[in-house]
Amino acid sequence: MSALPSLTIAEARDRLRSGDVGAVELTEACLAAAEGSSALNAFSALTPDRARYQASLAAARLKEGGAPDLCGVPLGIKDLFCVEDAPAQAGSRILEGFRPPYESTVTAKLWEAGATCIGKLNMDEFAMGSSNETSAYGPAVSPWRRQGDNRGLTPGGSSGGSAAAVSGDLVLGATGTDTGGSIRQPAAFTGIVGVKPTYGRCSRWGIVAFASSLDQAGPMAKTVRDAAIMLKAMAGHDPKDSTSADIAVPDFEAALVGDMRGKRIGIPREYRVDGMPAEIEALWQAGADWLRAAGAEIVDISLPHTRYALPAYYVIAPAEASSNLARYDGVRYGHRAKIGGNEGITALYERSRAEGFGAEVKRRIMLGTYVLSAGYYDAYYLRAQKVRTLIKRDFEAVFADGIDAILTPATPSAAFAIGEMAEADPVQMYLNDVFTVTVNLAGLPGASVPAGLDAAGLPLGLQVIGRPWDEAGMLDVAYALESASGFAAKPAKWW
Amino acid sequence: MAIDKDTARRVAHLARIAVAEADLDHLATELSGILGFMEQLNAVDVTGVEPMTSVTPMALKWREDVVTDGGIQAKILENAPDARAGFFTVPKVVE
Repeated sequence: MSALPSLTIAEARDRLRSGDVGAVELTEACLAAAEGSSALNAFSALTPDRARYQASLAAARLKEGGAPDLCGVPLGIKDLFCVEDAPAQAGSRILEGFRPPYESTVTAKLWEAGATCIGKLNMDEFAMGSSNETSAYGPAVSPWRRQGDNRGLTPGGSSGGSAAAVSGDLVLGATGTDTGGSIRQPAAFTGIVGVKPTYGRCSRWGIVAFASSLDQAGPMAKTVRDAAIMLKAMAGHDPKDSTSADIAVPDFEAALVGDMRGKRIGIPREYRVDGMPAEIEALWQAGADWLRAAGAEIVDISLPHTRYALPAYYVIAPAEASSNLARYDGVRYGHRAKIGGNEGITALYERSRAEGFGAEVKRRIMLGTYVLSAGYYDAYYLRAQKVRTLIKRDFEAVFADGIDAILTPATPSAAFAIGEMAEADPVQMYLNDVFTVTVNLAGLPGASVPAGLDAAGLPLGLQVIGRPWDEAGMLDVAYALESASGFAAKPAKWW
Repeated sequence: MAIDKDTARRVAHLARIAVAEADLDHLATELSGILGFMEQLNAVDVTGVEPMTSVTPMALKWREDVVTDGGIQAKILENAPDARAGFFTVPKVVE
């Protein structure tokens, strides 16, 4: 296999600009890698015609000079993003055959910056899952394996196809979305960098909605620098998304210095959860030591409402989902059930939705319907929104005390095997999000950085949580961790 | 709060998702389990706390009240499972 798809975005940028590598050549190499990766099931659809057309445009732009950073860089796009005329199913049967006649704002920005689209990436159905096992396409498989064990592992979820494609060197970077940890958990499971920006940093327009007050798009890449380059291209105000913020997008790459002198990094004591593997505990300690060695002051902090984040999230996210997913009714797009001549509109709705949605999505829609229904709204939904206020205040208090960023583990375990959680109750799977959901509830930026391997040789990640709109400072902390850990492990190719 | 079979049936209907009668007991048990997990929220003192309504404080932008989009009927209908004569079709709704 050609080594070209294993380039970082920063390396590719320099080699494309110098003419050492051609845009067409690089895109062809990624298309070949993607075509040869069916065992990973990372892609839900390849878009070779689009990729080749974009690569030819990029080649011309590069020749002219002054091309943007991403010009000629091959990317994969999570299936949740609408790419004009390409299949977009959000990993669900209910959107079978759907081809959006429009482009999401984030992908439009990436194409404007010269990136090429290799294909759409597998994901948990409607982004509801932590293992990619709820996907209508079947689960994506991680390029990583435990030492001496050939069982297929999950790349995490919901952005599991993105994680598999980036860590398997099929593309140089990929988009993801994160509602409760769906960028950061798969990034941690596959040894790559995943960034969930501040709520409002990236436009949500053209991204299939799950929980609108929690969803954010972000980059998944091989290095912190690559994530910074992608984020700059993805971010920015969009009049089509009233929650997108009209504030300047800084040069995130320029912020990567790694000098932690004068920085105060908080270590929240509530993130030390029962049953946390010793390896993760040790890695967390190592992360704090690395930042201290780079000049940071490490401060013990308290975020007292942390333990209520997961139950609050599993009230709020399903409530918003039940409302957002009401649009799938078998009338305007997507799957439509066949009904008898004497049956009415209600049968059409109920059967189209029963046939089109998978088990986890149905469970969450019904849960959301219940917590919003008359008589239970106050007890569940309103109370959860109040708890959300308290969780946000916890963070505001530590930031007001001068904390610049917070360091936590990214996940409570390394990747598990596909099917390993099949017998677990849904709440067990939800615990994957224990370190990540707080960030979505509070609207903060969070980054997952690979920092080490466990005893079985699987990647483990650390999470950096930043102040609102301070992705630049957060990425600099992530960069310091990346530099100190020297993480360079790659999965051996078996597919 | 435990959900019984009747409540499960009502929730499924409100959500417009057909659930077979034989599956309602299992659904009720599953939803009850998740709601049990949410009961932890009752331990939080939320007296005087405002529910969060906006993730990041921002004033919504104003724009001129003018048409900015439209005239794309064909595009809107092109993904419809059954569109005829420029309309979405549904089963007869009014007797």
